[in-house]
Amino acid sequence: MIRIWQIAYKNLLRKKVRTILTITGIALSGWVLVSLLGFNKGYENALNKDIDSMGYQVLVAAKGCPYEAATLMLKGGTGLRYMDEGIARDILKYDEVKEITPMVMQAVFDPNKGENGGISAYLGVDPKTFPGMKGYFTFQQGKWFTDPNANDAVMGYEAAELEQREVGDKILIPEKNLELTVVGVLKRTGTQDDGTIFVPIRTVQRIFGVTGKLTAVGVQVDKNAKITDVEQKMYNLPDVQVVSLAQVKQTIIGLVSTARVMVFSIAVIAVLIAMVGVVNTILMSVFERFQEIGILKSMGALPRDVFRLIWIETFILCVLGSVAGNVLALGLVRITDILIRRLLPYSPTGSLVMIDLPLAGMAMVAIIGVGLLAGLYPAWKAARIRPIESMRNQEA
Amino acid sequence: MNDRDMAIHAAGISKIYHRGSEKITALDGVSLQIEKGDFVAFIGPSGSGKTTLLNILGCLDNPTAGKLAIGGTSVFGEGPCLSEKDLTRIRRRHFGYIFQNFYLLPTLTVLENVTVPFSFYRKENALTDIPALLASLGIDQRMDHLPGQLSGGEMQRVAIARALVNRPEILLADEPTGNLDSKRSRDIGEVLRSLNRDQGITIIMVTHNTELAGLAARKIELKDGKI
Repeated sequence: MIRIWQIAYKNLLRKKVRTILTITGIALSGWVLVSLLGFNKGYENALNKDIDSMGYQVLVAAKGCPYEAATLMLKGGTGLRYMDEGIARDILKYDEVKEITPMVMQAVFDPNKGENGGISAYLGVDPKTFPGMKGYFTFQQGKWFTDPNANDAVMGYEAAELEQREVGDKILIPEKNLELTVVGVLKRTGTQDDGTIFVPIRTVQRIFGVTGKLTAVGVQVDKNAKITDVEQKMYNLPDVQVVSLAQVKQTIIGLVSTARVMVFSIAVIAVLIAMVGVVNTILMSVFERFQEIGILKSMGALPRDVFRLIWIETFILCVLGSVAGNVLALGLVRITDILIRRLLPYSPTGSLVMIDLPLAGMAMVAIIGVGLLAGLYPAWKAARIRPIESMRNQEA
Repeated sequence: MNDRDMAIHAAGISKIYHRGSEKITALDGVSLQIEKGDFVAFIGPSGSGKTTLLNILGCLDNPTAGKLAIGGTSVFGEGPCLSEKDLTRIRRRHFGYIFQNFYLLPTLTVLENVTVPFSFYRKENALTDIPALLASLGIDQRMDHLPGQLSGGEMQRVAIARALVNRPEILLADEPTGNLDSKRSRDIGEVLRSLNRDQGITIIMVTHNTELAGLAARKIELKDGKI
């Protein structure tokens, strides 16, 4: 015995091209919706990962623009301000501070990098404290330098790939005509550290003529202490600004919120357009089957049976469309990532679009829910067809 | 004769259509009684009201005036007009329909087409051995074929099988051979006669085909909406 959903499914096979086009429309809107939801989730995740990978919860930097400080934390930067090294000792005096690591950031234009040259970032770090804070770093080759004055370097995964360097190779600092020996290459971390070249702090200070100066101090707070209390105390230090990770996160989320609203609007419009397509397809199919629906009623189908039949057709379209949309979103996740990155003022290093099962399910439920709402009118229209009207239509 | 022995009892049935300011009288006070097990053919020229009368007797349409009882139960004329849902319930219980254009669902096989009524409603005494039904109509070899692969005569047999699966008391046929050649028309006529004779199904048929009408036990001629 044939069941009502089988009749509905086979009805959709009558006009294959129309059905496929409608499913494609739903799939495209599903792709946009899933990608958007994945972006909402992935962006925050990637940002958290970037921030967690720093190994410290608070950054103390020379007084200046807060956005610059945020950029410094996440990407490094040029035109940096410096503060006196003595600040690091002052910070360490606070009881709540567990550990600090001083840093000097330098970025140099390298004309030999890539096709048109590029910026090489050197981060001067303290060999005693920095490796401890970045405990999750693992080496592909070699190990950390130990002498704070040595002309050594540890390269992030991408930096080593780009420069084609291995342990024992030399790297030349442009403008300074000085060579560093590569003593370690890190494994991929998925953060901004992958593109960084780590150099002992004294070496960076010496090479770039900033002896006794720091760009920032990373502060690890005791787990029992309240971060806000420590922040408050550090505000009393002269000429520094204190940036907490929570602040950085909020600043960046504020910066990208416009882009998020824009992408969300596109998704809503895409879903609405797809649903207009669904109404059109089902309504056309109801009008084409006007007589047939009347005959079904003469065979004993109640208005609710016809309503159900047409609604099931809508349901099948939406299920197939949303599944295809999910597959599309998963398959094109990298392309979506690239497209979204172009729209954003700042993108964290990890994957921006994160699609998982609950998210895909949520998008499916949303599309099917909106689709079923869209299918109400055609189903109601079909349920109201009277057999006699369809027969008169036949006579005409 | 007792009312319960009557398949259909119609009294003073009228049907008036309005086309703009024009009033068209399709049926004008038609009264008739059809007994259970009867085989009736409505004949007459085009526009005489045959199909309109068949539709009203089959509860597909409401009369403008008059009374109608099916199997002793009043359907029209006593109380307000029945809703579409109520009419469907009566149709489910009493009728099977055959149409000139067959109206098979093109994407379903013969077997699936025949069992479509079961997706909506299944009578307690409905037929269970569908292959046997198809065999009795000579189309069991075509069970897995799509309607597009069948001849007109075979399609009408499938439509007859579909009308029979819920064991209707009354089979209504509107020009059942209208789209068939004379040989296939005779075949379909034979099928209808055997259903009436062997299974006692009441058959009411509208036809222009005099040979087919000749198979009926009663011929009722309509002219200008009157018997």
